[in-house]
Amino acid sequence: MKSAVIVFPGSNCDRDLAVAIRDVTGKAPDMLWHQETALPDGIGLIAVPGGFSYGDYLRSGAMAARSPIMRAIVEAAGRGVPVLGICNGFQILTEAGLLPGALMRNEGLDFVCREVALTVENSQSTFTARYDKGEKVHFPVAHHDGNFTADRETLDRIEGEGRVAFRYAEAVNGSARGIAGILNDAGNVLGMMPHPERVIEAAHGNDDGRRLFEGLLETVA
Amino acid sequence: MTQPTEITPEIVAEHGLSPEEYERILRALGRTPNLTELGIFSVMWSEHCSYKSSRIHLKKLPTTGPQVICGPGENAGVVDIGDGQAAIFKMESHNHPSYIEPYQGAATGVGGILRDVFTMGARPVANMNALRFGRPDHPKMRHLIAGVVHGIGGYGNCVGVPTVGGEVNFHAAYDGNILVNAMTVGVAETNKIFYSAASGVGNPIVYVGSKTGRDGIHGATMASADFSEDSEEKRPTVQVGDPFTEKLLIEACLELMATDVIVAIQDMGAAGLTSSSVEMASKGGVGIELDMNAVPCRETGMTPYEMMLSESQERMLMVLKPGREAEAEAIFRKWELDFAVIGKVTDTGRMVLRFDGETVCDIPLGPLADEAPLYDRPWVPTAPREPLGPVPAKGSIGDNLLALMASPDLASRRWIWEQYDHMVGADTVQRPGGDAAVVRVHGTKKGIAISTDCTPRYVFADPVEGGAQAIAECWRNITAVGAKPLATTDCMNFGNPQRPEIMGQFVGAIEGMAKACAALDFPIVSGNVSLYNETKNDDGSGSAILPTPAIGGIGLLADIDAMATIAFKAADEHILLIGEDGAHLGQSLWLRHIAGREDGPPPPVDLELEKRNGDFVRELIQNGQVTAVHDISDGGLLVALAEMALAGGIGAHVDDLDHGRAFGEDQARYIVTTAKSDSILAAALTAGVTARRLGTTGGETLAGVPLHKLRDAHEGFFPTLMAN
Repeated sequence: MKSAVIVFPGSNCDRDLAVAIRDVTGKAPDMLWHQETALPDGIGLIAVPGGFSYGDYLRSGAMAARSPIMRAIVEAAGRGVPVLGICNGFQILTEAGLLPGALMRNEGLDFVCREVALTVENSQSTFTARYDKGEKVHFPVAHHDGNFTADRETLDRIEGEGRVAFRYAEAVNGSARGIAGILNDAGNVLGMMPHPERVIEAAHGNDDGRRLFEGLLETVA
Repeated sequence: MTQPTEITPEIVAEHGLSPEEYERILRALGRTPNLTELGIFSVMWSEHCSYKSSRIHLKKLPTTGPQVICGPGENAGVVDIGDGQAAIFKMESHNHPSYIEPYQGAATGVGGILRDVFTMGARPVANMNALRFGRPDHPKMRHLIAGVVHGIGGYGNCVGVPTVGGEVNFHAAYDGNILVNAMTVGVAETNKIFYSAASGVGNPIVYVGSKTGRDGIHGATMASADFSEDSEEKRPTVQVGDPFTEKLLIEACLELMATDVIVAIQDMGAAGLTSSSVEMASKGGVGIELDMNAVPCRETGMTPYEMMLSESQERMLMVLKPGREAEAEAIFRKWELDFAVIGKVTDTGRMVLRFDGETVCDIPLGPLADEAPLYDRPWVPTAPREPLGPVPAKGSIGDNLLALMASPDLASRRWIWEQYDHMVGADTVQRPGGDAAVVRVHGTKKGIAISTDCTPRYVFADPVEGGAQAIAECWRNITAVGAKPLATTDCMNFGNPQRPEIMGQFVGAIEGMAKACAALDFPIVSGNVSLYNETKNDDGSGSAILPTPAIGGIGLLADIDAMATIAFKAADEHILLIGEDGAHLGQSLWLRHIAGREDGPPPPVDLELEKRNGDFVRELIQNGQVTAVHDISDGGLLVALAEMALAGGIGAHVDDLDHGRAFGEDQARYIVTTAKSDSILAAALTAGVTARRLGTTGGETLAGVPLHKLRDAHEGFFPTLMAN
C-alpha cells in the first residue's frame, strides 16, 4: 500500500513526517503537491503535516482546506482510508469538515513549544493500537493555535463515542477537556496537535511517537 | 518626469553624507548627481554597507584555515564538515529597527540572515540569536522583550527553521539601544555552493520573490546614525516581514539551485536592490543595466529612487544562464512568487538604470564599492581597571546562590525558548538550555554544535581581554558538548565610531578576538558591524551600549551518540573540576548583584590554558569517560553546578566553598561528572591539566539550598517579569 504526505505552500513538517513514515514502515511516502486533484492508486495512508499553510494568515488551516487535493482526501476518508493530520494538519482537517471542532489561539496567547505529557484515551484505532489505554506518553507540541474547542453536545458525543485519542496530562493551551487529538466517527481520521514524528528515536530524547507509525505498518507496508 | 530635484547641502546632509563625501561623489561622477544617484551613493557609503570605519581593523582577524571554504566577503561563511558537505553560517544585527518596532525589527532580522544563508545554496537548519536588553524595570523594556521574542518566534516558526538557542543579557547601557543579533546555520553540498559575482556579458538579471514597496527606504542610513529624540518617527524606515513568502522563496531557490541555470545569486538585504546589484556587478568586475519599469512594484507611481532604496523583504537577485529564463520562471510561478527579468550584465563597469525611456542613473561601480570611503578613525585605548583588591563576603553562600540564580542574567530563559519551535526538522539533538545547541546533519550521525557568546561587561572593562574571552567562551561551549570547534561569525555592536573612546573599544576587541581566534584555530568566516548604537543625551553627549562583539561559533561532532549534556545523570557520581579553583571576582555577576559593584578587571584569558583544558575535556567526552559536562562562565562554579543539578533533578554534595571559589569567574574551566574519577585524574596529571574532585552527585540540595527552591528562583524571573 502507498502512503502520501500532502505538501501545501507553507507546510514545514512535511519532511519530518515523511522521514518518520519511511523509517518506521520502510517505505517512503509520495510527496503530493496541494494542486494535485487525485491520490495515488492504492493509497493506504494520507498524512497532512504541520507548518503554516498559506502563512495561516487567515484562520489556521482555512486556506489549505480549500486546496484542490482536499476533495480527493475527503472522498478517500469516506472510503475508510486512514488520514493523519498533525498540528497544522489537524487544523486543516477540522476546517475541511473531516473532524469536528476548531483550534483557537492558545489560552496563554503565546506560541508554545515543549514536550508535554499525554494520556492515551483510545487504543482501538489504527493509529493508537500499539498503545495501552490510559498510558502516559510524551510528545512535543509546537503551536500557536492549539486550543481545541467545540460545543458541549459535540464534546459529549466525541467523549461518549471514545473518539478522544489523546488528552493532555498537563495544562498546555486551554483545550476543552484537555483534548489533544480526536478521531472521526469511523475511527480512520486522526487529528492531533502534538508531534509524534518528532519523537521516534533515541536521538530525539524519547521514542514514544514511534508506535503510532508502527500501528500503520499494515496499512502502509 | 517631474522637475529634477536640486541637490542642496540640506539634501546631502539628510542622506547622511558629509560635505567631504559629497565632494568625492562630484569627483567620481565629474558632474552633479541626480537624486537617484545621490540616494544610491548614500546607502552604499553608509556605515552599514561600506564598513568605512571598521574595514581597516577587521582585516586583522584570522579568516583562514584548512576547514574554511569561503571566508568573509560573501553572503555568509562556508566551512567544510566532511563527506562533501559544508556548513554555511552568519550572524547579523538588526538593532536599530528592533528598538523602533520590536516585532518587525526582530522578525526581519531573522528573515535577512536566513536569506544570506540559503542564497549560497544551503538549506537553513538552525537559527540562533544574541539579545541585549536594558534594565528589566525600564518602562519600555517589557514591550521590547515581548516584541523581539514574538518577532523572532513568529518568523522562525513559520519558515520552519528551528530556533535552537541563544543568549540574553540585561544592562542599563542598553536602555536606549537594545541589540538583536540573529544567526542562521545551513547545510549544503560543497559542490553546490552559490556565489554572488555576476558574469557573462548579456546574461539576464532576474528579480524573484516579493514585490517592491515603499517600506524600509533608508533603513541602512538610519542604522548608521545615533538615536535621538525623534527615533519614534523613524518607524516607517522599518521593514515588514512575511515569513510565508520567505518559506516559499527558500523552497523555490533550493529547487532552482538543484538545476544548473544560476550564474550568481544575492539576496536583497540592507539597501535592497542597490546593494545587491552593485555587489554582484562589482564582485564580478562587470557592469549592470536595469530597466526600472520591469521591477515588480507593490504600488503604482514608485520612482526609481524609491525602488532602488526600498528594503522590502523576501527578494532576491540572480544572474541566469542565457536562454534558461523559462525553466527558472516555471519554478517561481509554481511557488506563486514574482519573477521578472529586469536587466542584463554589461561590460561597462557602470551601473545604468533606465526608466520611462530615460537614463536615470549612470555611475561607475568602482566608487560605489571597492573605492568607497575608508576611515582610520582616531582612537584611544581603554584605560586599564584598577585591581579589585579583597572583597568581603556578604551573606551566606546558599543565599548568594539563590539570588544569583534568580538574577536577570542567570535566570532560566525557558519563557523565551518555549515560544520558539526549536524542534522542527526533527534533527535538534540538543535542545536549548545546555552549553551549545546541537543539530544533526540530516540523514547522518554528524552533529553541528552552535553557540552564541559575549560578556559585554568584560569587554567594557577591558576590550582586549573581553574580545578574547568572547571567542574563548564560544570555543569552550562548543567543546563542552564534545564537538570540535570549526569557525565563527562575529556581530560587532558598538557605539559611535567618531568618538575615539568608542573606536578604542572596537580596536581593542578586535585585537583580543584576533589573538584568541589564532590561538584556538577558530577563524572568523563571516560577520557584520553595527555602529552608532547610542542615544544622544540632552546635553549632546552620547550614551553608548556596552561594547558587544557577539560571537556565533559552530563545531562538528563526528557522532552525535558521543555528545555530552550538562544534566547530572545519576546519584553517587564523582564531580570533578577541570581547571584551577576560582578566585577572580572582578566584573563578576556576584560582584554586581551581591556586592552591588561593577568594577575591577575582567578575568584574564590564558589561551594556552583554554586550549589545553578544552582539548582534554573534549577527549574525555569522545572517549565516553564522562557523564555530564558544563563549562564555567557567568556566575562561576556554584552557578554551573546548580545548572547541572537542576537539569538532572539531582543535588550534589560538595566541599564548602568561600565566595571567591563559589562565584569567581576565572576562565578555562569545566565541571565533569564520572562514575570513576581515578583514571581521569591520572590522565589530567599526564596532560598537565589541573583537576580535582569537588564532591559527589546526589541528594536534593546544593550548598544547603533545596533544589525546588533553586528551581523556583531560576524559573521565576521571566514569567514574573512578563506576566500580564
